[in-house]
Amino acid sequence: MIASCAAFATVGVPALAAAAGEDPQRAPGDPMRVTLNVNGTSQDLSLDVRVTVLDALREHLHLTGTKKGCDQGQCGACTVLIGGQRVLSCLTLAAAAQGKPIDTIEGLAGASGTLHPMQQAFIDQDGFQCGYCTPGQIMSAIACVREGHATTDADIQEYMSGNLCRCAAYPNIVAAIKQARELMHG
Amino acid sequence: MRTFTFERAESLPHAVRLGERTGQGQVNAAAQFLAGGTTLIDLMKLDVLTPTRVIDLDRLRAGNDSIEVAAAGLRLGAFATMSSAAVHRGVLEAYPVIAQSLQLAASAQLRNMATLGGNVLQKTRCTYYRDASWGACNKRTPGSGCAALQGVNRNHAILGVDDTCISQYPGDFAVALVALDAQVELSGPEGPRRIPFVSLHTPLNRQPHIETTLRPGEIITAFSVPPGAWTRRSLYLKVRDRASYEFALSSAAVALDLDGGRVRNVRIGLGGMAYRPWRAAEAEQALTGQPLTERHAEAAAAAALESAKTHGYNDYKPELARRTLVRALLQAKSITFSGENA
Repeated sequence: MIASCAAFATVGVPALAAAAGEDPQRAPGDPMRVTLNVNGTSQDLSLDVRVTVLDALREHLHLTGTKKGCDQGQCGACTVLIGGQRVLSCLTLAAAAQGKPIDTIEGLAGASGTLHPMQQAFIDQDGFQCGYCTPGQIMSAIACVREGHATTDADIQEYMSGNLCRCAAYPNIVAAIKQARELMHG
Repeated sequence: MRTFTFERAESLPHAVRLGERTGQGQVNAAAQFLAGGTTLIDLMKLDVLTPTRVIDLDRLRAGNDSIEVAAAGLRLGAFATMSSAAVHRGVLEAYPVIAQSLQLAASAQLRNMATLGGNVLQKTRCTYYRDASWGACNKRTPGSGCAALQGVNRNHAILGVDDTCISQYPGDFAVALVALDAQVELSGPEGPRRIPFVSLHTPLNRQPHIETTLRPGEIITAFSVPPGAWTRRSLYLKVRDRASYEFALSSAAVALDLDGGRVRNVRIGLGGMAYRPWRAAEAEQALTGQPLTERHAEAAAAAALESAKTHGYNDYKPELARRTLVRALLQAKSITFSGENA
């Protein structure tokens, strides 16, 4: 993965001289200053233009909860919320995600460590085996409930179809969403 | 992925100006507009699309994403997401075929990202096109040949193809639009213009590397769908390898206006079968004025597939297309509306 190797990694390093909010990139290959709002915190990064939100999170901000499965928009493991909507971070350029809140699995638990009802429900209902798809499942599941697409089992199955689980924990994932649904509404 | 310059368009005129090098409908133009990114970023990672300039249209969303249902028809802002159009009450009620074509496409995440304008411009899923290590692909490299002709072509097109390309147009929404005589509103360096949706995608004509009639810098701003007695009794039937989150092996967009049991008007689009969004005009002609029986539906379906050309692994497609269309027509006939007796 070229983009993730091209590490201009660092938080807080002043990028090219440019007015605040301007894209400083002048030519292909130049790094860009990119500001991402992740879990309520503003993060200034100097990134290769090709870096996706997924790689920015994992390789530059060291938030490795969001997983890289296929990196082609097919598996859902990289699901995060951008502007409150569930999207695929592997197909979103970091440069294009500026100005919108990004929510990842790391932002769910409360300051005291209390789990989000959906996280707790995945534990209670044994909603995972290997766990690799789980952060994406949980982010997608939270959005699924908020969208009102978790009313019936059939609805949950249809609206969660963008999150693949190779361990096939699907029945337990559906059970977890039904458990959390009640608490999220309350 | 190859590197590129990234620019954000601040407004429609700015985007049009930045986009002068987006090419004349070429598949791989030097400058590419970025909307939802679900096709563009994917194909850039695969080294299939190699733009040197990416022009982000995100700031155009506001102001170009409204959905309106009125007596004059349906108007869909091109920057509306697939997910917002799929759940729009007016679309669901008056143009169910459009809502269903969107609901049954992609995944919830992709529908949240993808805009309607970008959706109709999505690229083929031909495996030989998507894998740049295959040398022969006339769509990627004009004149290089077509690996799919002798390859594993189970998912390849049987309508509108020639021996330069058998790639299939993969979308669903466009099939509903082409059936319903939609129009496309465009904005470009020479101002706005309006074209029939059917003329947005160019016929193959031995030039698979030219896909659309968009002029350099042109951006789709909206789709409009004319009203008609047939739009309410409409549906999108999609047949695929798995129950959700999969491209169509076969699909049919059907809109019916019945006079008793007889067909007064019908609109038919076929998906999963053709090089471009496909209107089955022969089937419409065969059905118009006829009673909608299984026998007449079969005759119409036969007419729709008369020009089909298969290449081995996709020999099953004509029969699947015929059965899909017959089922869609009979299903549309049996739709009952609340307040009516069956």
